[in-house]
Amino acid sequence: MKPSNAKFISQEGEINLAVHSKYSRKDTGWRLFLKTIIARAYPRLIGQQREVSWMVFDVIMPMLAVIAYVFVYRALNAPEEYIGFVVMGGAMTAFWMNILWSMSSQLYWEKEQGNLALYIMAPNSMMAILLGMALGGMLATAMRAVAVTLMGSFIFGVTYEVTSYLQLFSVFMLAMIALYGMGMLMASAFLLFGREAWHMANLAQEPIFLASGFYFPIKSLPFWVAAGASIIPLTLGMDAMRQLIFSSGFQFGFMTVKLEILILAVMSVVFVVTAKILLAYVEKIAVREGRITESRR
Amino acid sequence: MAAWLGWLIESNWTDPFLFAVYSIVKPLSGAAILVVMYGIITQGNFDSALFPYIYLGNAFYIYVGAVMTGVSWAVVDDREHYKTLKYMYIAPIYIPIYLLGRGVARFITGSIAVFITITAGVLFLKVPLKFAEVDWWLFIVTLTLGVVMLALLGLLLAGITLTVARHEGFIGEATAGALYIFSGAVFPLDVLPAWIRPVGYFMPTTYWLELLRRSLVGNVAQAFPTLANFSNMQILGILLGLSIFFGAVSIWVFKICDARARELGLIDRTTNY
Repeated sequence: MKPSNAKFISQEGEINLAVHSKYSRKDTGWRLFLKTIIARAYPRLIGQQREVSWMVFDVIMPMLAVIAYVFVYRALNAPEEYIGFVVMGGAMTAFWMNILWSMSSQLYWEKEQGNLALYIMAPNSMMAILLGMALGGMLATAMRAVAVTLMGSFIFGVTYEVTSYLQLFSVFMLAMIALYGMGMLMASAFLLFGREAWHMANLAQEPIFLASGFYFPIKSLPFWVAAGASIIPLTLGMDAMRQLIFSSGFQFGFMTVKLEILILAVMSVVFVVTAKILLAYVEKIAVREGRITESRR
Repeated sequence: MAAWLGWLIESNWTDPFLFAVYSIVKPLSGAAILVVMYGIITQGNFDSALFPYIYLGNAFYIYVGAVMTGVSWAVVDDREHYKTLKYMYIAPIYIPIYLLGRGVARFITGSIAVFITITAGVLFLKVPLKFAEVDWWLFIVTLTLGVVMLALLGLLLAGITLTVARHEGFIGEATAGALYIFSGAVFPLDVLPAWIRPVGYFMPTTYWLELLRRSLVGNVAQAFPTLANFSNMQILGILLGLSIFFGAVSIWVFKICDARARELGLIDRTTNY
């Protein structure tokens, strides 16, 4: 076997096979793409769990809002379904916060910390990095969302009655794909922001909680407001899930579950494809205008 | 100067118009969530006494997040973000006053948000606020006392923030979130389970919000049983007493934390989190 690089030859002139086998195989194509996804998902999934106190805060913060809104409904003598709506909405806020702070703003943070230039220099696809961020973020956030749901359900005695597990699974998965596709799209757009990125993410919290009906059925809003808010995948996702997991949920549905599944499927494709196109475009602009390494414009 | 610095940091990332939109949309959306929830359940009956209770409590609660979190956030901003906290410490200034000054900018933006939220409530949602009937003396005294109390609570959080890493951003938000529940900001304390209500009775923000409501809408606010047996002066006395207590505790905690941070070399520590 002929060594391709002198560094693989030991001082005695023998080939260090262990080193050779580890570094000589060059991953390209789909293998590199998949490895990049896993590598970027790793710190999201494993790294985040290492800071236990963060997990506690990530569960407690949405729970505080859930508790406050539940007691508002209790003060108003609202039907018990609404308590369930709040608990579910509170759990789903974890995903929206993850999209804002760990997807949309992420490339901006990476730029601030000097990692973005390394990402672009490395021979991997930026799309794979975004997919890795999405995959890791989705799984890590799902654990927090489950914790909020369990805690909320236990504290307030919420009961569920699933009418179709298949539809529920479809809605949730499609909502997540569309949502994280949207997050990938927003990450590209946020790359062009300077200091306003932080404020933009901050601004997209309460207005979206309002428009997407995190704490009440979206049907309660005027039709065109609800229709406009449906651009956020969680709006239709939550509406469909409420119909599927609460016995009287169908009364509060904005659209039929089947139609919402269809729209979410279309959104999933549109957001992911658009994210790929926009990422290539924005990366080109950022490189051309020297925005990759600048910080705090 | 610290207040001016805070204002520049808060506002110079964008043009005045976008900053105004940003400052208005966020609090109005928060209020609108409650309005929609209330409207759905009551079928749009905004004449109930509960509505101004919720609406005004939520509006004035903006100050809690703005002032208290604003003061403590200055530590995160200066230490992690701008890396200037060590320079502030070696400058001939008194650090607690500097941090309190940094909270003034958030107080100003918070005041704008409170004003707009209440104005929107009066104009569009029948919040029964009649200027001729407002007890201005009580309102101004209560507001001033409350803002000072919140700033001092912010100093307490700033002290704790100095001594911790990686969770500093959560401290202010978690405290503000907890006070939102225990202060009866958007629901009367009687709705809480009985065993947890004493926590609310110990919080100065409970009395602060109650007095602000009473000063603005009088009898409407007094309709709820939580503090119905107390006169305005009694509540003001309790608020003053609790403010002095928490203020003293805040200054004491800040001194201890500040000394510990200096000893452990935490003043210029950055974590990149």
